Amino acid sequence: MMDMFPPDRSQYPAKKADGTLDIDLTSGKYLKLWQGPNHPGITGNMSVELTVCGDEVVEGKTHVGYLHRGFEKLMERRTFIQVFPIVCRVCVPEPDFNEYCYAACVEELAGIEVPEMAQWIRTLILEMGRINSYMMYLGGQAGALGQGVIGQWTTYARDLMLDRFEELTGARIYHMFILPGGVRDTLPEGFQQRMEETLREIESTLKDVYDVMFCNAVFKARTVGMGVIDPSWLEPYGVTGPNARAASVAKDVRKDAPYLVYDQLDFEPVIGHDSDIYTRADVRRRDIWVSVDLIRQILAKMPKDGAVMAPIPNVLHWQIPRGETYIRGECSRGEYGYYLVTDGSGYPRRINVRGPSYTHAMALLERMIVGINISDVAALMVSLHTYPPEIER
Amino acid sequence: MAMKELYARLKALFPLGELTEQRKDLAFVTVPAEHLRATILHLRDKEGFTHLVLLTAVDWLEEGRFQLTYLLNNRQRACDIGLRVMIPRDAATMEGIHDIWPTAATYQRELREMFGIDFPGSPRIEEDFILEGWNDIPPYRRDFDTLKYAQENYSERPGRVTHDPETHMRLQLYPGSKP
Repeated sequence: MMDMFPPDRSQYPAKKADGTLDIDLTSGKYLKLWQGPNHPGITGNMSVELTVCGDEVVEGKTHVGYLHRGFEKLMERRTFIQVFPIVCRVCVPEPDFNEYCYAACVEELAGIEVPEMAQWIRTLILEMGRINSYMMYLGGQAGALGQGVIGQWTTYARDLMLDRFEELTGARIYHMFILPGGVRDTLPEGFQQRMEETLREIESTLKDVYDVMFCNAVFKARTVGMGVIDPSWLEPYGVTGPNARAASVAKDVRKDAPYLVYDQLDFEPVIGHDSDIYTRADVRRRDIWVSVDLIRQILAKMPKDGAVMAPIPNVLHWQIPRGETYIRGECSRGEYGYYLVTDGSGYPRRINVRGPSYTHAMALLERMIVGINISDVAALMVSLHTYPPEIER
Repeated sequence: MAMKELYARLKALFPLGELTEQRKDLAFVTVPAEHLRATILHLRDKEGFTHLVLLTAVDWLEEGRFQLTYLLNNRQRACDIGLRVMIPRDAATMEGIHDIWPTAATYQRELREMFGIDFPGSPRIEEDFILEGWNDIPPYRRDFDTLKYAQENYSERPGRVTHDPETHMRLQLYPGSKP
């Protein structure tokens, strides 16, 4: 269809000498349109400033800042332990990566050895969080194309996992269960059995989601061949996670540089080949199956007892010698990392959060959005799976 | 890849500063600002460090310097190298690398806004990134006091009562008691 009716490029904006577009709004050819910050087709508190010609986007600029609380600056005024209530708020649907990466940074610079049991529980928590994040994504992706019911199903499945989080950590959203030295507690009595029931329910939901969303003719018509990330963009734009795996590149930190106990688990990174919105959604759907399997493996292989917390210094007077380090992990959206610099005092000198959305929602989205139809903007944005707090921190 | 071997190979080409081996797969190297571009291009094209993980700054206020950290990743060999570039705080300007990695333009815009480090020629560097209409010193600099700023710019909501926790709890539990 696209080849039969090519768009009329003659009315397109010419480029100025510095490479920017020559858009004259008074000519009547172009229109500025803001998608967001309050819009059903936007991921969180961000907005895209679109310049459209007819119904085709000729330029898109991502705007963030609606959520800015200066997390990184706030952390510099907190002691090492006081940073924990802040880090998890950098990413609401999957807060545990912030806790793990920050705790691992502190452990490395302070020379703390984490007990084996705690490593397994950390891996378990990260995989549980991954399922939650993907469930929110599936609902959002279907919702961006008008399928409201998928969001209701996946929210139900996510809620069951939140129940498991609640009994394990005492909290549903912000857990603060991972601390420097290990984790707060062991698994509660009967946790494995209740987790198995939850996993079966999630599997059942996934089958329904596949039938209703992925086999849906409308969903296919609007996503297959749409929003393709060219494999040559992966390195220049720093694309990681499912966005890269959908383009045939098996980029997965869990395999590339195994952390925690991922080297003892049996799994293969899920990859897709078409690199369009449909493939990215499908990679994430299949990745949930991998996470379900990983949780079963973890619960079967983990030691039955053992220490979950290594001794740490008095947190009120904790000083860490001067140093810097970077810890990364594979979150549901790609490479997540913390860069921590200490200066020998009781406070961090600098903490920098490397969220995958930082590259996906800014440079990559602005590149991809050119030339698509306004009605596809929401589906494209959601398909990159971005969370704005990671950008503005 | 042993980081020491990589460092030796780099050292033969560029006048590098000290090496800090943090882990066996992570090292930090100090690079003079004028050699950064050549070092990055060499690492990307010859040593396989094709992924720009992050670009950020650390404010060493006491030393009067900014540290720019360029973290590069080699996925095949699963190792990272952090390039440290020290630039003076009072002339905080650095050459951009947005033509090597387009995504670096976002980091550079953020650094200009939050630290006041300029990257001449970087795309849309003049535009607001997160802050709108900011006219104070760049907020992520160490000499910017968040508490003082909040006290000067925001007022307490009228009618709001705050208590000293110790006195309040004592009076709740033992009305009329004296400390």
